[in-house]
Amino acid sequence: MHLLRFIAGRLVVYALVIVFALTVLFFVPRLGPTDPVEAMLAKVASQGAYMDPAQVDKLRQSLIDTFGLGGSLWEQYGAFVNRIVFSADFGPSLSMYPTPVMELIWNALPWTFGLLLSSTLIAWILGNFVGLLSGWRPNSNSSRVMEGIAICLYPIPYYILALVLSILFSYVWKIFPLTTTIRGAPWSWELVSSIVWNSFLPAMSIVIVVFGWWVISVKAQTSALKEEEFARYARLKGLSDGRILTAYILPNALLPQITFLALQIGLMFNGSLITEILFDYPGLGLLIYTAVLQGDFNLLMGTISLSVIAVATATMIIDLIYPLLDPRIRHR
Amino acid sequence: MRSFFTHAPFRLYLGLLLLAVCIVVGGILPWLAPGDPLVWYSAPRNQNPSGAYWLGTTSLGQDVFWLLTYALRNSIILGLIVAGLSTVIGVFLGLAAGYAGGWLDRVLSFFMDALLCIPTLPILILMAALFGGQLALPIVGLLLVVFNWPYPARQVRAVALTMREREFINVAWFSGESSTRILIRHIFPYIAGWSAANFINTVLVGISTESALAVIGLSSAQQATLGTMIYWAINYQALLGGKYVWIGSPVVAIVLLFIGLFLVSSGLSMQSAAKRMSV
Repeated sequence: MHLLRFIAGRLVVYALVIVFALTVLFFVPRLGPTDPVEAMLAKVASQGAYMDPAQVDKLRQSLIDTFGLGGSLWEQYGAFVNRIVFSADFGPSLSMYPTPVMELIWNALPWTFGLLLSSTLIAWILGNFVGLLSGWRPNSNSSRVMEGIAICLYPIPYYILALVLSILFSYVWKIFPLTTTIRGAPWSWELVSSIVWNSFLPAMSIVIVVFGWWVISVKAQTSALKEEEFARYARLKGLSDGRILTAYILPNALLPQITFLALQIGLMFNGSLITEILFDYPGLGLLIYTAVLQGDFNLLMGTISLSVIAVATATMIIDLIYPLLDPRIRHR
Repeated sequence: MRSFFTHAPFRLYLGLLLLAVCIVVGGILPWLAPGDPLVWYSAPRNQNPSGAYWLGTTSLGQDVFWLLTYALRNSIILGLIVAGLSTVIGVFLGLAAGYAGGWLDRVLSFFMDALLCIPTLPILILMAALFGGQLALPIVGLLLVVFNWPYPARQVRAVALTMREREFINVAWFSGESSTRILIRHIFPYIAGWSAANFINTVLVGISTESALAVIGLSSAQQATLGTMIYWAINYQALLGGKYVWIGSPVVAIVLLFIGLFLVSSGLSMQSAAKRMSV
């Protein structure tokens, strides 16, 4: 019962956060000194495309729809929320007319999701492994060296590391491709290997940084936990080091990592956007960049709204499941 | 002060050293520049590093070394202003929320949580794209403050909440001290160490986010920042031309600056944690 109330409370907060995020997105185009619709029309005109007045009017109407600039402020807001939340429709892409924006997003989403998920997972496993081992003997030389490396890696932004990796492994030492080209028939081995090959450097730029953080935090956790009563008891009971580490210390070190993940999702998403752009990786980041370069405002509004909502949702989900996973917290 | 030098962790010194180098390069050297390094064709184009041009020149005829000092200066100033405003606003609102409680606490906490859930970069990209393709540095700074004050605020609120229940606060309260005095004399020392660490961290986040925006050409390309240097280098195919020093120098500067900032911030929080233990 109390658990239900807890979940309901969180869901209400989540709904409010989404409303807040949508409100921010709604007001952004209205804050600036210029009218985005006229700016967009000027851009189209300057690109040399001739349009007769009827066409211009039609385009203006569609842009006004996109930004929800018709009617009173309240009507605009209602239409805007309706468009995003209930119909999930952002109209046709202007640069790849008439492909719907949602279709482009659906094609890009698996790439971003796959990149973030696989690199987070790899970094998490490696980081926990190294962190546990070096936290077990925090003053040994190898563990100090490991921590030193981690401290030097963690503060570097993903896109800087992406740049360094691409300079080293695509320009100086040409082993990985400069830009992403995926080839091969669907579900063939060639396709899979080409995906892995092309995603390797973008993924590494995320893996290395996140790995650095896990090593730092898991090491600190482990070296504190192994001095606790329960760990000492296990040692006195004559359990092997390996068993103490995996059965006693690891579960306790894992729990706080979940809250960290909730705080990091936004930052990781930010980082992956730029990494994708630098590597021409066909995910959401590249789609946003294309939209910016082409002045495709339907696509821009769609990708940005969706990514804001996705990150907020992921953060809230992790926030929600954390207390459910921790057996020490009781919902009475 | 004496205890600071004997007890502070090694990483704090190392970080301070790195920061000192960056501050000398970015804070003092720009005054000595022979001319405005931003001006195109103020030097011969595409030079390799030499005695006259220490880090070579760009394809636009700019001296990379002096450009780097300007870029470092602008990036550091942006980071300091963003972190300063975020910390002041965050500490103030966090204290207000934790100390006052009630509806004020609930409203402020909601805004903190909501802002923490929203990714900054997409919003910045959207604004840049909508308003002429580039955001001026002051606007970037302002937006970064809006998105970064919740971090200190949340932490300060948590500290203030536990403080309200502590004995010595009660003692101070019953001996008739005013609440402003309690805030300043008794609660502030507890959050000062952590806030300093967070301040440094926000400098890092501020510089990093602006550079991310700049690397894809959406920050002000007319100002030299570390990110815009990378943008111009990529745009003029510095890599294909083998001009690794041009693109490499801002990259190395960012890496050293960020490692320095991180070492100082984590050293400070280690130290303030140790101090709290010893009390």
